[in-house]
Amino acid sequence: MDWVTIISTTVKAAVGVETVLYALAAIGINVHFGYTGLLNFGQAAFMAVAGYGLAVTVTVLGLPFWVGIGVGLLAAVLLAIILGIPTLRLRADYLAIVTIAAAEIIRLIFRSVAFKNVFGGSDGQRGFSDGFYALNPFPEGDYGFGWFTFNNRVTWVLFVGWILIALSCLIVYLLMKSPWGRVLKAIREDEDAVRALGKNVFSYKMQSLILGGVIGALGGFIYGLAFASVQPDIFGTETTFFAYTIVILGGAARVLGPVVGSMIFWVLLVLVNGILSGAVEAGYLPFMAPTQVGPVRFLLVGIGLILLLVYRPQGIFGDKREIAIDAR
Amino acid sequence: MHADSTTNPVTATTERKAAALAAFKDLARDPGVPKPDPILVVDKVVRRFGGLTAVEVEHVEIQRGSITALIGPNGAGKTTFFNQLTGFDTADAGEWTFKGRPMNGVPAHKVARAGMVRTFQLTKALSRLTVMENMRLGAQQQKGESFFRALLPNLWRGQEDEITERAEDLLTRFKLAAKRDDFAGALSGGQRKLLEMARALMVQPELVMLDEPMAGVNPALTQSLLGHVKDLREQGMTVLFVEHDMDMVRDISDWVIVMAQGAVIAEGPPDTIMSDPRVIDAYLGAHHDAPLSETELQEQLHEAEAELEAEIEEETQK
Repeated sequence: MDWVTIISTTVKAAVGVETVLYALAAIGINVHFGYTGLLNFGQAAFMAVAGYGLAVTVTVLGLPFWVGIGVGLLAAVLLAIILGIPTLRLRADYLAIVTIAAAEIIRLIFRSVAFKNVFGGSDGQRGFSDGFYALNPFPEGDYGFGWFTFNNRVTWVLFVGWILIALSCLIVYLLMKSPWGRVLKAIREDEDAVRALGKNVFSYKMQSLILGGVIGALGGFIYGLAFASVQPDIFGTETTFFAYTIVILGGAARVLGPVVGSMIFWVLLVLVNGILSGAVEAGYLPFMAPTQVGPVRFLLVGIGLILLLVYRPQGIFGDKREIAIDAR
Repeated sequence: MHADSTTNPVTATTERKAAALAAFKDLARDPGVPKPDPILVVDKVVRRFGGLTAVEVEHVEIQRGSITALIGPNGAGKTTFFNQLTGFDTADAGEWTFKGRPMNGVPAHKVARAGMVRTFQLTKALSRLTVMENMRLGAQQQKGESFFRALLPNLWRGQEDEITERAEDLLTRFKLAAKRDDFAGALSGGQRKLLEMARALMVQPELVMLDEPMAGVNPALTQSLLGHVKDLREQGMTVLFVEHDMDMVRDISDWVIVMAQGAVIAEGPPDTIMSDPRVIDAYLGAHHDAPLSETELQEQLHEAEAELEAEIEEETQK
């Protein structure tokens, strides 16, 4: 087994593209679920409309890169409003059902044959990221130190991605320290009490949905730009559930929880993957075919997460006192 | 008098109470009797759940600056009526005015902003917020509650300090100052009631509506809570509360409104209201003390005997 490769890819995963884009999606989920108590199970849809907004604007309409970013963000805001108006007045579980359905509808529209000339069907769209790489200040070559070495394209994506994460965390930190964040947290606890104190609960939930959706949309951009393409099936429900896993792993309602959660999640996945495929190749696991490595790593990581929930339900950064209150 | 109200001059205390009682002195005991200076006037409010009419209040007025109790047997529609008035549920028909302003169809948060604040029968402490955060939330027109201003702490920090100071005063009054940094979820049931009341006062309301403020509170704390409710009147607020405990109603209220089966059936001062025949009927049933006639008694006896015989026969046949 090639331990150096396994360990170096694992270490790289801690700051890699997946970590960045899932961290952004999870920061958005944390605003929705962690702070406001909104069960948004359609985060993948926010990422999808952003990614496709950018892709279609650039490739189909032939407009510049920045217009594409604007269209993507606007699409995320619109999606939040359209999802929110009918559901935010209802009980929390309705939002969960509607968002998961809406996300699937959006994914199926993107992969439909009828709109193949716009969204590209199941192949998706490609060739819209040139504008982004044209801005790349890093000349050709490798950057970084030790195992953290990436080529100039990936370096540029990671550079932008981590700046977006830092900005998102800063905004979430400032907001959640403020009276605005206090209203959100109060809504999570009991929205009738908040209403009785003269706050417009609907308006705050909508603001939360938009904010979290837009942060998730940044994750959609990062995906599209890093892989220079978008495909509909990337934005399936499992993307949303990974983001939820990451939030709970890191600790809900903690500013850095989703970021650290995303790092741990991807490090674990890559490590387990590396060890398993290494072991299968070397013949240590005769009962496993190389194609089974993918599913089995999720299985193992899933078991690990269950154990974490049992022994540390508050996540990495959570406060045990809060969980104890919840259990009453 | 409770120790807390010593902060107010004793003369003022008696004056407020006397003024409230004087206003009620010559009123008729009929449901919907007009009050000299009503803060809340309710007309023909109806709420139906399917075939069940939960609330059907013809007319009722709440006197400004008084403590009015709303009592009635279980299922009388008291809480439903509260929900209609505070915008937590939509009435099927009817209208009501608060300080002369029509309030039907106004959403709950605007009702609170107008100065009509309620508490809940099942206490709604915001568990995973600290006691202090609970209090701060009650303050109105906070600059930092708008999204963009929230990002610039300098815009709201000054106001936040003022709010904190006001909250600290209230917490001291309600003897919760030592708990200010604890999670509200860690408080006892009675302390949560106190917190909920204190939080409602942060809104600076004119009418405080308390839904069963004494439910599930231990007797020691009851006295303290009673003192706080009386205190609200001393500070010029109007109180309307739902309660089952008649001792408490007698102790603190200036006027009592009785509801049964959704309608207001009687009004009156607390010391005589429970002897009103309409109220006794509502609580105990209309015929509870009517003697059975001789023939009815005979009939019942025969029925019982026949049943007994049938049973014995059944047993022996087995």
